Amino acid sequence: MKYQLELKEVSKSFGPVQANDGISFAIKPGSVHALLGENGAGKSTLVKIIYGSLEPDEGSMKWYGEDFCPTNPFEAREKGVAMVFQHFSLFESLTVAENIVLGLDNVVLDDVIISKIEKYSKQYGLSINPHQVVGDLSVGARQRVEIVRCLMQNPKLLIMDEPTSVLTPKEVTDLFLTLRKLADNGCAILYISHKLEEVRQICKYATILRNGSLIKNCNPQEHTKDEIAEMMIGKKIIKLARENIKHGKEIFSINSLSSKSNNMFGVDLKDINLSVRQGSITGIAGVAGNGQDELMRILIGEDNAPASSLEFKGLDITRLTSHQRRQLSMFFVPEERLGHGAVPSMGLDENMLLSRPNSSKMTRNNIIDWKQVRNLTNNVVDTFNVMTPSVSAEAQSLSGGNLQKFMVGRELIQNPELLIIAQPTWGVDAGSANNIHQALIALADSGSSVLIISQDLDEILSLCEQVHVLYNGSLSDSVDMQKNGLEKISQLMLGGAIQ
Amino acid sequence: MIRLQTRTDSSTLMVFFSPLLALILTAFSTFVVFFLAGVDGFGAFYVLFIEPLTSLYSFSEMLVKAAPLIMIALGLSIGFRAGVWNIGAEGQYVIGAVAGSAVGLYFYEVEGFWLLPLMSLVAIIAGMSYAGIAAFLRTKYQVNEILVTLMLTYVAILFLSAMVHGPLRDPDGFNFPESRLFHDSATLPIIWQGTRVHIGLAVAVILAFVSYFWINKHITGLQIKISGNAPRAAKFAGFDENKTVWLSLLVSGGVAGLAGVFEATGPIGQLVPHLPSGYGFTAIIVAFLARLNPIGIIFSALLIALTYIGGESAQITYDLPNSITSIFQGMLLFYFLACDILIRYKFVFTFYQRQ
Amino acid sequence: MNELFVQIILGISIASVPLIFAATGELLVERSGVLNLGVEGMMIVGAITGFVVQFHFDNALLSLAAAIIAGMSIAAIFAFLTQIMLTNQVATGLALTLFGLGVSAFWGRAYSKVTVDRVDAINVPGLSDLPIVGPLVFSYDPLFYLSILMVILVWYFLNRTKKGLILRAIGDNHDAAHAIGHKVVRYRFIAILFGGAMAGIGGAYLSLVQVPIWVEGMTAGRGWISLALVVFASWQPFKVIVGAIIFGGITILQLHAQGFGVNVDAQYLSMLPYLMTIFVLVTLRIRIKSNTNRVMPSCLGKIFHSTQ
Repeated sequence: MKYQLELKEVSKSFGPVQANDGISFAIKPGSVHALLGENGAGKSTLVKIIYGSLEPDEGSMKWYGEDFCPTNPFEAREKGVAMVFQHFSLFESLTVAENIVLGLDNVVLDDVIISKIEKYSKQYGLSINPHQVVGDLSVGARQRVEIVRCLMQNPKLLIMDEPTSVLTPKEVTDLFLTLRKLADNGCAILYISHKLEEVRQICKYATILRNGSLIKNCNPQEHTKDEIAEMMIGKKIIKLARENIKHGKEIFSINSLSSKSNNMFGVDLKDINLSVRQGSITGIAGVAGNGQDELMRILIGEDNAPASSLEFKGLDITRLTSHQRRQLSMFFVPEERLGHGAVPSMGLDENMLLSRPNSSKMTRNNIIDWKQVRNLTNNVVDTFNVMTPSVSAEAQSLSGGNLQKFMVGRELIQNPELLIIAQPTWGVDAGSANNIHQALIALADSGSSVLIISQDLDEILSLCEQVHVLYNGSLSDSVDMQKNGLEKISQLMLGGAIQ
Repeated sequence: MIRLQTRTDSSTLMVFFSPLLALILTAFSTFVVFFLAGVDGFGAFYVLFIEPLTSLYSFSEMLVKAAPLIMIALGLSIGFRAGVWNIGAEGQYVIGAVAGSAVGLYFYEVEGFWLLPLMSLVAIIAGMSYAGIAAFLRTKYQVNEILVTLMLTYVAILFLSAMVHGPLRDPDGFNFPESRLFHDSATLPIIWQGTRVHIGLAVAVILAFVSYFWINKHITGLQIKISGNAPRAAKFAGFDENKTVWLSLLVSGGVAGLAGVFEATGPIGQLVPHLPSGYGFTAIIVAFLARLNPIGIIFSALLIALTYIGGESAQITYDLPNSITSIFQGMLLFYFLACDILIRYKFVFTFYQRQ
Repeated sequence: MNELFVQIILGISIASVPLIFAATGELLVERSGVLNLGVEGMMIVGAITGFVVQFHFDNALLSLAAAIIAGMSIAAIFAFLTQIMLTNQVATGLALTLFGLGVSAFWGRAYSKVTVDRVDAINVPGLSDLPIVGPLVFSYDPLFYLSILMVILVWYFLNRTKKGLILRAIGDNHDAAHAIGHKVVRYRFIAILFGGAMAGIGGAYLSLVQVPIWVEGMTAGRGWISLALVVFASWQPFKVIVGAIIFGGITILQLHAQGFGVNVDAQYLSMLPYLMTIFVLVTLRIRIKSNTNRVMPSCLGKIFHSTQ
């Protein structure tokens, strides 16, 4: 039997980094094949080689038994390879139809193509409107645009890079239906993920990578979730749980917060109420793009909020800058590491100064004490096990996991009474994610409060005692986890009635 | 195949090597330009870059030209770090000169030690206010400061012309568009007797060191750096973006205004229409050549001043036009920007045979 | 009075043409996500090149071709530095302007005291002689019509062709465009060259049609005004014409103002086009404040480097 695609000993390195080291595997026609691995295991590089964005240093590929070495995405697409990117390759200022045409070769925008788009979206149950501007679409709708764009090329192999990480549970179910339909029509699917449950649900074949090397080709349904996780990570993961939860009095509250977004594509916040108690971990779940960014900006103090809508330790903090809020012992870790939580081209020591309450003694009368800054940076690097060549290494030279550990450590070292953290482990390897979760639990155990905004439902459920859901700028009441909690959260994430 | 690869860490070696390479490439290109213009390359090269350093007079003139360049470039470098592009320092320089001189001419009958400081103060305020227009429009209406400062430069030069043709014209000057000559207490003290090197040079060097410490030790220096590199991170740190814009433009405008009145009361000694000689624009090159480093600006200003003096002697010796200086300066900046790629990236040569 | 009216309208058109050329070229460049601040430098190089060729060969077409090539060559420096050597676009654009002013002055010193034959208007016998309408519609030089044609072509390219769509996509998100296989650097490089060609014609128009002489620095900020025009036009080609006519109008009215008996020093009147630019930018921002996110190409001025 001929394989759809066969990889033999494919290697690729970037300078000193070996991204892929002699990877071999084969995909059968009409199968759903999983590519599993941690962040940084080499999945993306491998996929880019198949899609023609990168050329391998060594090794070969075969397509239906014939040599296959695309030098650019056009060549790969011509053969029938299509790809849905993790960070969508869409253009916000253009319409859905324009976006789709851009991904197709030798096609211009006309009525024929628009009716074709409508036909495909109907056939696979992917509802999109060709005339809408992409910037106005939800994340789920954007993914549908990407998928339709791929389907219109009549692909023989569809690559999907982390497709479910931004979807609600309902959207995930719909996506799986579409994928099944496709596979039944003979299109092979290469499914990249680190979510083991869903992989075991829809894939019969899996290739597991770790640190750029092939660990195993196997059938994921014949292994337990823990076994696969161990192969991916290389060691056992310790389960974590909070044991002695002691809640004190209310320390922070959001009171009837409404705010118009100043961004064209933003979300308006509507009458948000929330109460956070000492020693608690509170979670705000929800799909990205439902007002998380807007809320985070207001919490940090980057955007204005109406008077007395934010109270911390009994004080109205709406007129305080982020620096003044930190003086009151309120600290933040934003979602975006490079460019928001850290300056990419500046050293860790300089980045340390982004969060500098007077108690840290890093500045005195606005004069910087560089010695103290370096001491503290060293302290963070040691305590939180940040892998970096030096304390003055540029933030952008660190891996995502290490930079996140640095950013969390930078705030934790100030002993915050309230820590507000968005997507604590987004794009972070499992080991670092575990460290970060443990640190958050330790902080709450010491009597401080943590507010987590995350779209990773597993994370919220494993850490938080109190869960709210943000949907289209509105925040639900706290969900009672005892009675069908998960089901309710799923409903709320899709905009179900707030009870 | 050659491709660029991002370095994990900026190369320290290249930080020093790249300006050197840029200089060599510029020198080489200058030879080519001379050759095309039919001029003896080695001779012209000597006249341009070596001769000014051998005579005491040319050397002192180089210092005279370096003073305003250092001052203006220092101010501009603050804004450039913050991503605030004040391209109209020339205009602020002119307005500073006109305002300061107007005060000096108003007190034409009066002598006093206080006159020069007063003129300087007025020049600083005038330069600040003029640059402040751009700051106001950017912070209030998001109008691009590059265009505003530039348009205001043309306006300032026309204003100077209107002034020396009108209210500030020398009443006994046979209708020449010039002001009266400043008297002693409105003229800058000379710090090197027998030359035109004035106290402005000392002020410039002191400002360079002040600005060095300010940028590296004071939290505002960090604020400016962060705002330029990552505006969202600046907000995260609690820095007000508008404050950064105001600060950048006020500082650069004030310093340019001061440089303007120094030029009028120093080397020129009166207000003339040809006062705007392009220092405001050349200072942009000076700032970039120094990679916005305050101490580096002293040296790059001296280098650029050298090309001015060299250009003047080349004009006399080889009948080359003055514009050779701006060609040379433009090329230097081109090469310099291009060579800086070596700091952030490295060239990788791959010999990969496809199977 | 009619004669004066016709003269003013003609004057305004002539004053607008160089702005239309340069701004339309820059508009395409900015739509691809590149900010080239060197328009002034490219214009003046076009002006001197066109003038020198016209002086020696007295052939309007040849002079224009030379101005186009000159504009493109100097734009190529910018394209090479910003696209291949990944330099800062603001700094490189400024360097380009300084360099262009220097080169043109250096080259033009021998031509400062000569004149050339003006490139003439097309005269359509019969029609051109009609009162008012005749001179208004039929007495423009061919470049005037070409400038309008170029605006239409650029509009058509951007909005009706696949390549135009790709160019807009690159300006919106160069990483995404690269990911799906479009050649970001190639498109931008060509766009920059086109911008150079257009600035070159705009410059040549100044030294061949407006005033057929060479004066050092004769562009006098028109390159910068063109940059402002692109913002004014909110990156829409047809609005460039409107903007150019406003600026051309101010320039001409200011020249005629003293004739109308306005008793103000010439210097203050000369300030008007520059002050007008600022005024327009401000009123424009007040009007479209909420819309700016959408009209400005998102990648404008950002450096693109395809790593992995």
